[in-house]
Amino acid sequence: MDIKKFIEDFADQFDETELDEFKPETNYREDLDEWSSLIGLAILNMIDKKYGVKLTATDIKDTITIEDVFNLVVSKK
Amino acid sequence: MGKKAYIKAIEYYLPENILTNEQITEKFPEWSAEKVTNKVGISERHLAGIDETAVDMAHQAAEKLFSMNTGLREKVDFLLLCSQSVDYKLPSSSCILQNSLGLKTSCGAFDINLGCSGYEYGLAVAKGLIISNIATNVLVITSETYTKYIHPDDKGNQTIFGDAATASIISTDGFAEIGEFVLGTDGSGAETLIVKTGGARYPDKTGAYTINENGDTQWDDNLYMDGGAIFNFTADVVPLMVEQILKKENMELDNIDLWVFHQANKYMINYLRKLIRIDKDKFYVYMENVGNTVSSTIPIALCEAQKEGLLRGNVLLAGFGVGLSWGATVLRCK
Repeated sequence: MDIKKFIEDFADQFDETELDEFKPETNYREDLDEWSSLIGLAILNMIDKKYGVKLTATDIKDTITIEDVFNLVVSKK
Repeated sequence: MGKKAYIKAIEYYLPENILTNEQITEKFPEWSAEKVTNKVGISERHLAGIDETAVDMAHQAAEKLFSMNTGLREKVDFLLLCSQSVDYKLPSSSCILQNSLGLKTSCGAFDINLGCSGYEYGLAVAKGLIISNIATNVLVITSETYTKYIHPDDKGNQTIFGDAATASIISTDGFAEIGEFVLGTDGSGAETLIVKTGGARYPDKTGAYTINENGDTQWDDNLYMDGGAIFNFTADVVPLMVEQILKKENMELDNIDLWVFHQANKYMINYLRKLIRIDKDKFYVYMENVGNTVSSTIPIALCEAQKEGLLRGNVLLAGFGVGLSWGATVLRCK
């Protein structure tokens, strides 16, 4: 799994935030103004559809950065 | 040649009271009104009055339809009321409306208990009644007061839902021929969108709530929606339903001139639009000043699209939600 591609898929769920604002170390809930729980649901659905990993809101509750989410997906694959 | 069924006229009614994003964010200061508008695509929603029921609103919507179309009232020979907020356990509220609207007593009437897929089911039943020569002018009413089911502390559902009623006449002539249908049900998701108490299973209110594993509060006596489950359900079901209805109609994506989805919230239906690869310019969105009005979102959108002159060619309707239940059809507009 490639983190660069994962970040692009993650960023795709945002409508206004530019791609260069998304880094592995981005604290996605705090650093991205556009973040909302609806985007969270879209990201979980995207991870299921594109990476075949079913996660719930509880599963990602303790993740902080985009890389944390990436690592969680890798560990469940 | 067999008989065909058409939508002949649509009107809708919005209750007087308005709840704005500013009023919501006053109550929940951690939210910004602008952010709510941007994400869910809703700035304000209408709320039924304290003494105003869905049946009162249904009556208003139908009266508006009759005042705009003189002579129709006398022709109505079937009434379908789609609502999950009816006046009594019995009788059927459609019977009450037959009388209050002054429809002839040779008019058949029954209620349909469905939510966000309700308009498609109403059209499907109405088409069946017309094709089989049981009725010639079917009044299909949708009316919902979900806002009365929402707990005052439930900010998520308060931002999304609004109250409204619509009235349509389905007849042997009209502006939009009703095509094929794809309908579906998955009751395994019944508890993901539910008002648990007040029915026969749990007749008494409990006043209780639980905090589920996602940290969401779930009140027994109020509307509960598991956002994640509903999001995943629509992302699974809607693209498949679109594929099935296009196949049934021998059409491709490009043959659809206007897409009218259940107006759940702007962000979610745009997610669906991108999944299905629908052209943004052909994807109709109308919710900013009404919100998610459950079974009324699609007829309200049709009404507004018609005013804008956008109801031409093939119009695909897709409803999905509580049940879980879904339905799609294609209208051929003149």
